[in-house]
Amino acid sequence: MEAAPLIQAQGLTRAFGPTVAVEGVDLQLRQGEILGLLGPNGAGKSTTMKMLTGCLAPSAGSVAIGGFDLRTAPVAAKRKLGYLPEQPPLYPELCVDEFLGFAARLHGVPRGEREAALERAKTSCGLQAMGRRLVGNLSKGYQQRVGLAQAIIHSPEVIVLDEPTVGLDPIQIREIRALITELGRKHSVLLSSHILPEIQAICDRVMIINRGRVVYSEDMATAMRPSFSSAIIGLRKPPEEGALAALEDVEAVEALDAQRFRLRCRTDTTARERWAATAASEGWGLFELQPELRTLEDIFVSLTSGQQSEAPAGTQEAA
Amino acid sequence: MIAGMLSIAGNEARRIFTSPLAWTVLAVVAAISGFIFINLLLSLQADPMALSDYIGVSDYISAGVFGFATLLFLLVMPLMTMRLFAEERKNGSLTLLMAAPVSLTQIVLGKFLGLCVFMAALLLILGVMPASLAFSTSLDYGRLAAGMLGMLLMLMAFSAAGLFVSTLTREPTIAAVGGFGLVLMFWLLDVLAYQEIPFAGLFRHLSLIAHYENLRRGIFDTADVIYYLLFTGTFLWAAVQRLDMERS
Repeated sequence: MEAAPLIQAQGLTRAFGPTVAVEGVDLQLRQGEILGLLGPNGAGKSTTMKMLTGCLAPSAGSVAIGGFDLRTAPVAAKRKLGYLPEQPPLYPELCVDEFLGFAARLHGVPRGEREAALERAKTSCGLQAMGRRLVGNLSKGYQQRVGLAQAIIHSPEVIVLDEPTVGLDPIQIREIRALITELGRKHSVLLSSHILPEIQAICDRVMIINRGRVVYSEDMATAMRPSFSSAIIGLRKPPEEGALAALEDVEAVEALDAQRFRLRCRTDTTARERWAATAASEGWGLFELQPELRTLEDIFVSLTSGQQSEAPAGTQEAA
Repeated sequence: MIAGMLSIAGNEARRIFTSPLAWTVLAVVAAISGFIFINLLLSLQADPMALSDYIGVSDYISAGVFGFATLLFLLVMPLMTMRLFAEERKNGSLTLLMAAPVSLTQIVLGKFLGLCVFMAALLLILGVMPASLAFSTSLDYGRLAAGMLGMLLMLMAFSAAGLFVSTLTREPTIAAVGGFGLVLMFWLLDVLAYQEIPFAGLFRHLSLIAHYENLRRGIFDTADVIYYLLFTGTFLWAAVQRLDMERS
């Protein structure tokens, strides 16, 4: 049995004049999951997130957070929400403690629990030593952490983070990722990024948005399971191409050079052992048999580049 | 519900008083109104018969200091209101309020209340000057109170108009110029009242300054108070509408 989704968005559409930024986006964020919103720059991720957090009214469609409709019961819905926009909302003239104290009061944290909430948020975001520093004097990385602390100080059920690691150095990125993973244990997190490995590293589910539309939505386990659609076979003494084409499950054969061929498969099933056995018994001199895997990156590239990409690139980690 | 508004008000007041702008404005107002105050005392010393045109010292002082104060308010309040929304929009912090569990009305009223703390500081500075005469003469406190109330109402009206203009733009300087222009327009409507045009009387009723005259001279007229409250309420309401439009 599945719990009701914390964010339930249906048919979200947003037009800015004649430009349609987001069109017909359906999105569900389930209890205790980290959902990654992936897309190239300008795909409509930020616009979607603004609509989900009530900062922008959708032209069409509806959003409910924790069962409360954002239009008819905005205050109740926003109570369950913590949001870190692309540009962290900070008051540079306040010190970190003052700012976070205000964020806690604003989100209705009761007076008696504020101190504890403040400490918890600061500890989570590595800001313990920064309490008396002015927000405006902090480095970009620390400002980002203050923004994150602001989003989690009231322990919201839903945390929406728009490009949380942009502009950070590699060490800070690792720390923020670890923090988000940690947050994902207790809260539901919706995260946007245009950096693929980031999504791969921390999300349970991925949704790819391109030109304002959802083009892919899959559990990370499924997305990461490489789908196998072709293989490279290398033979010292290759037979006629017809003999290769006659192999089980092979749809087409493409000669790469005199000894290496790409075999395109009909299905995902692995007939590779049988090919190896055939190659051995026929004395073809098998020296290479490598499946070509379709990674999330290939999916991403092929879905967002406009045209269907040619043969998948290989198994290497996405850049 | 009230808590969200008060937390915004408290934060706004804190931010106003951490900025050097507020202290500079207070210092300038104190210096200039002090200058006017001393000047009034000196001319009174030179020619005590000047009082015969006034109803006692309180009237003489409040007419001079409080009358001149409105001019100062006209110049400085747009500087105080320009930041309210324009600056927050510019540096992205408005999102914090928009995504928080508070309504737009609470945001607008909270910011307005925060600015009221600053108005109180202004009034304190201006009130202390005539009050200091209590050591040497008897004062008409009712008259002074009416003058203070008049200044408070005037400040609220200026602030509401400035706050509204601040919701229209993301550039604080534009908000300041626009706020100044809007308030000055309402101020100058009084000039039209003396022209031979239709509805001349209406312009006098709409003018910001005409309603102040009575209060400054110690006459409490409900119509004047209601005018200022309506003026303030209208612009705050317009600000809420404007913020709502911005979302859609």
